[in-house]
Amino acid sequence: MLENFLIYALLGGIGLAMIAGPLGCFVVWRHMAYFGDSLAHSALLGVALGFLLSIDLTLGIAGTCIVFALAIVTLQQQRRLATDTLLGMLSHTALSIGLVALSLMGSFRVDLLGYLFGDILAVRPQDLVIIYGGGAVALIVLAAIWRDLLAITVHEELARAEGVAAFRARLVFTLLLAGVVAISMKVMGILLITSMLIIPAATARHFARTPETMALLAALIGMLAVALGLTASLRWDTPSGPSVVVAAFSMFLLSLALSAVRGRAHTVPTR
Amino acid sequence: MTAETTPLVTATGICKFFDGREVLHDVHIEVRSGEIVALIGPNGSGKSTLARILLGVMPPNAGKVVRRPGLRVGYVPQKLPIDVVLPLPVSRLLTLTARASREQMEQVLDEVDARRLIDADASRLSGGELQRVLIGRALLRHSDLLVLDEPTANVDFNGQIELFELIRRIRDTRGCGVLTISHDLHLVMAATDRVVCLNHHICCEGMPGTVSKHPAYLQIFGPRAATSFAVYTHKHDHEHTLSGDVVAPGEGHAHEHEHDHGHDPHGHPAPDTRDGGGKRVRG
Repeated sequence: MLENFLIYALLGGIGLAMIAGPLGCFVVWRHMAYFGDSLAHSALLGVALGFLLSIDLTLGIAGTCIVFALAIVTLQQQRRLATDTLLGMLSHTALSIGLVALSLMGSFRVDLLGYLFGDILAVRPQDLVIIYGGGAVALIVLAAIWRDLLAITVHEELARAEGVAAFRARLVFTLLLAGVVAISMKVMGILLITSMLIIPAATARHFARTPETMALLAALIGMLAVALGLTASLRWDTPSGPSVVVAAFSMFLLSLALSAVRGRAHTVPTR
Repeated sequence: MTAETTPLVTATGICKFFDGREVLHDVHIEVRSGEIVALIGPNGSGKSTLARILLGVMPPNAGKVVRRPGLRVGYVPQKLPIDVVLPLPVSRLLTLTARASREQMEQVLDEVDARRLIDADASRLSGGELQRVLIGRALLRHSDLLVLDEPTANVDFNGQIELFELIRRIRDTRGCGVLTISHDLHLVMAATDRVVCLNHHICCEGMPGTVSKHPAYLQIFGPRAATSFAVYTHKHDHEHTLSGDVVAPGEGHAHEHEHDHGHDPHGHPAPDTRDGGGKRVRG
């Protein structure tokens, strides 16, 4: 018999994997893993701001992530610093400001570890509403910009010459990423969010022949990783978020081995 | 009738600055239906910038671009920056921004001799194959104007000749205008109706034979350019055999060589495979 909190955790994780998979495919295709990571780091500043302004934390995090994302996009226009330098600087600065701000607000007892690694077992029904509501909106928006986003991912100028509103697609995608980071904060935590975006997508690559199947598979693989990770966490009493990541990575290794075997099966007859 | 005589695109007085440096100065250029225009110039002369401005993906600082109303532009970039992590079959590449049935796709791929690539992964195409697929993509969109950015940059010599044959054939059957950008001289000039030589401003412009003797052209490309290009000018009075030898028309006929050369990557061992990763036996 499953406890309620386990069902909530499972539902929360699965809801997250459903949106993280397709969105993560674009993170992988557009080489934005570091961007996602930096976005998540800035989320801690959002936590501090949320406390400071006594607003809903998810709202605080979403707001901070959006401002951070827009700042990066703007700063990228200048050519003096490479994007990875910019991201490395800003993400850790945001993280540090968040930590400093939290420590200054001494009267609050903040579960820092919970924000860094998430606490999927603490997911409540009201969190599920946020995850599924936000996730559904994000999926609908992603579906709406899918063609444009894919076109600019393949070749931005080509897409623009053919009438694609490239800036809009990029902006909406960035905002989506910020939003998904915000709603997954409680489940996966700052340090593990990126893994839910990129590991299922990277695993799905080995079995997909079109972008759409890769997105679908990434969602399914993410869900499976959540189920496996939570089961393992229950069984061996390991931390749940990291267990999900380990499960996802194990599936990635398995996919690597499978594709190697399949690759050999394909090459042998030609020799 | 007016549609025939109105240029597809006309740019006048185009100026473009990057960081205070003038890359294009008072450039005039136009392309009409059914003509192949080659935009040539050394590296960094502003060719790609001008093409971007004509395509409408970059605004000029001064001057204006007038497109014929309803003009459909087909852009053929030099390469695609996609890597293998994005699974993209050619059929999906063709329909990135336009919808098409499989029959329609097979039809345009037939036109560019690339039908067998329809399910191939776009990230694994050779330079020549990619160019064909991208040209097919422009045809699928019923483009009135093709803009090709250095179409031969990643293509071997035989492939380059075939590519220009293809471009000319498409111009003949579709009647579209073509603008090719190149720093590669002789082949482009041989396959072109009009050459525009650009080095931040238009240096000279005209028929290939005239431009190649123009002092401004010689100054930019050097006297050797004039001689090296001469070999390939008389495009209709000779043909090329497999090895590239020139033969009289009829002896090596017009279309079979396209099959003989093959666009099959496995058919052509790359010239450098001897050095690549081979085990060396030490004596």
